[in-house]
Amino acid sequence: MPSKAQRIEVILETLIESIALAEELGVRVAAAAGFGEDDQYKIGLSVHEGVMNAYQYGNREQRDRKIHLIFELHDDKLVIHVVDQGAGFRLADVPDPRHDENVLEDSGRGVLLMKAFMDEVEVLSSAAGGAEVVMAKRHKR
Amino acid sequence: MSFKATSRVVGDVTVIDMDGRITLGEGSALLRDLVLQNLSQGHKKIVLNLAGINYIDSSGLGELVSGYRLMKSEDGELKLLNLNKKVTDLLQITQLYTVFDIHSQEAQAIASFHS
Repeated sequence: MPSKAQRIEVILETLIESIALAEELGVRVAAAAGFGEDDQYKIGLSVHEGVMNAYQYGNREQRDRKIHLIFELHDDKLVIHVVDQGAGFRLADVPDPRHDENVLEDSGRGVLLMKAFMDEVEVLSSAAGGAEVVMAKRHKR
Repeated sequence: MSFKATSRVVGDVTVIDMDGRITLGEGSALLRDLVLQNLSQGHKKIVLNLAGINYIDSSGLGELVSGYRLMKSEDGELKLLNLNKKVTDLLQITQLYTVFDIHSQEAQAIASFHS
């Protein structure tokens, strides 16, 4: 029978420093969960991008808004939630920066990197109406 | 390690040697200022030497693209030198590898402005 997932929840202020802090936490949790160095980097960068998105576009750099960062350590994967207090967004509305018409534009690279480095990425609407980015990395066992 | 950059001139080419991280709040704004500063001084041939860059995020990639766009709009050129594997991977994932002129030898990068 699978054991219950371990859960770590951190509430971050909407500060630029929170991005690197979240990334560092992501790397440490990934290491503790048994991921190798390459995956630790990929998970850390994905957390960095998720929290940066919450900081800039979700919470619009308003310090009084919070960013919830949740790590769930399952037997088969690490699941990460990044929840902001903004207006939310749909993954389908994010332009693909690889397309010729977008390649020199500014949007979409963060989401693309999360999708490239994690096994699962989806965006939900949080209970408060903000965006909840949920991403998972499976163990290669 | 936070972002550091120093400029040097080789012939009529400005080489900007960079170290550390290019991320929102660390290197991105400084990189933008450096490109703008060079442009305002009439330096339109720029090589960004990324040998010391060990980390870059989507904001940093966006700043490289902004620099490229800006130089192009002013009839200048911005090229990249000495990308490590992580940075190369990011440029490949985002298709930016096809946008930039990328070199692994400084002499070759400098000579490419005149070819």
